[in-house]
Amino acid sequence: MSAAAPALGDMLGTRWRRPPMIQRVWLRYALLVGLAAYLVAAIASVEVDWGRVYQGLDRGAAFVMAFAQPDFVSRADAIWAGMVESIVITVASSVVGILISIPIALGAARNIAPVPVYMICRGIIAVSRALQEIIVAILLVAIFGFGPLAGFLTLSFATIGFLSKLLAEDIESMDRSQAEAVRATGARWSQWIDYGVKPQVIPRLIGLSMYRIDINFRESAILGLVGAGGIGATLNTAFDRYEYDTAAAILIIIIGIVMALEYLSGVIRARVQ
Amino acid sequence: MPVLETANGAEWRLRNQREALIRWATWLVGVVIFLWCWARISDATTWFFVWDAPRIAGDILDRATPPRWSYMDNLWLPIWDTLNIATLGTIGALILAVPVAFLAARNTTPSALFVRPIALLIIVSTRSINSLIWALLLIAIIGPGVFAGIIAIAIRSIGFCAKLLYEAIEEIDQTQVEAITATGASRWQVMVYGIVPQIMPAFAGISVFRWDINIRESTVLGLVGAGGIGLQLQASLNTLAWPQVSLILLVILAAVVLSEWVSAKVRGAII
Repeated sequence: MSAAAPALGDMLGTRWRRPPMIQRVWLRYALLVGLAAYLVAAIASVEVDWGRVYQGLDRGAAFVMAFAQPDFVSRADAIWAGMVESIVITVASSVVGILISIPIALGAARNIAPVPVYMICRGIIAVSRALQEIIVAILLVAIFGFGPLAGFLTLSFATIGFLSKLLAEDIESMDRSQAEAVRATGARWSQWIDYGVKPQVIPRLIGLSMYRIDINFRESAILGLVGAGGIGATLNTAFDRYEYDTAAAILIIIIGIVMALEYLSGVIRARVQ
Repeated sequence: MPVLETANGAEWRLRNQREALIRWATWLVGVVIFLWCWARISDATTWFFVWDAPRIAGDILDRATPPRWSYMDNLWLPIWDTLNIATLGTIGALILAVPVAFLAARNTTPSALFVRPIALLIIVSTRSINSLIWALLLIAIIGPGVFAGIIAIAIRSIGFCAKLLYEAIEEIDQTQVEAITATGASRWQVMVYGIVPQIMPAFAGISVFRWDINIRESTVLGLVGAGGIGLQLQASLNTLAWPQVSLILLVILAAVVLSEWVSAKVRGAII
């Protein structure tokens, strides 16, 4: 390992000790002291009202019990409407987001796009990734009014940043010789993309798309908190009314759909690869 | 190879007729589903507001600039709170995630039949519920404040950390474990000397990666009352104080970019 490792003769007879993670002694202790100081300062600044927490334990227990007997029935209409809206937002935003992110990914791949296009596309990706869904949703609700349109636009926008970045990285690491072989046949640019690039990145695109649909569904569950449509509004109301059994029912449905989507994406990814 | 017989001889096709038909039908169904979804969104939208959107967006932009820089004095404490929520939440999550990961990994779980499914269920259920929802729930239980935010971030991160960590545990080099076992080490000694050193780099990488994500998430937790800079954002939005909103958004953007930079640097140093 390091050049300063002691000779075997010196080590014989002494007890073996595990090598430390950080080799430099001063850095190791400085990090430890710094971490300890930060933790003391941080924990001291967190105010916890233990009396309030203790009172809440009953409600916590009530909520855990509610998972044992969730109430799907009494707010069935609201749950159904909210779920359908969440799914509708997920599907529409995933389709539009994926369609827009493909050309942007092509533009953001250094080995395909000229520099000006590359800079513009990377800029779009950076903006989309830096802004969080919920903040974009707040702004879009302020601009477009309440309803699923704001949620749809939010998730489409977020999908572009996520998918374009990962797809562009995949295009950049593709096998150049295959693409060059297609180009050598005298193919047009569009034919080159279609036969030289597309077959190499399609499995990854499908895998990423499935993953993003999964994320979009999970995110669509919170958009309702700021009025952008979906199941979040129903969930928020259930919490506000302390109807833990209804809230538990909604959470169970969300977990169930996410598990189903993960299973489905596993099957699809296994098939395309 | 599928070919089409034409008057000029055989012509090469990518797919035969049956495959092409199935493909076409699948696309048709997909397009119909999308159009139906779009119709539902469109029905639920007040289009008058949408056509008015450019004017409103311009109006908001007009009110939001320039940001009210003097408000920065009120933001230092919330920024500190946000940092604490993310860091303490990540530490809490890691403490909880490590045992879950060891129970979920195929090569270290005590029982693949009973314990592993429970560990996997914990991973899936904590991962599939957003931290804002956890925060809502915890606020109803233990009251608003930074503490609820820390717990929400911790619970939400268990699934993520445990999933990546158990995948790392499953990928370890079994020969090293075998070598330690051959010395007559106990189960715990095998763990400490055979498995832990191998997953340490992955563990450090996962912690920093999740910390970066948690900084992002903790900036908005205040929207539901769980402390941090989101509280100020919510208050400013409620009073339509757009210059303050734009300043807070700039601060959040800076925090996100900074944390991503720190996390990339640290991960670069580890790997």
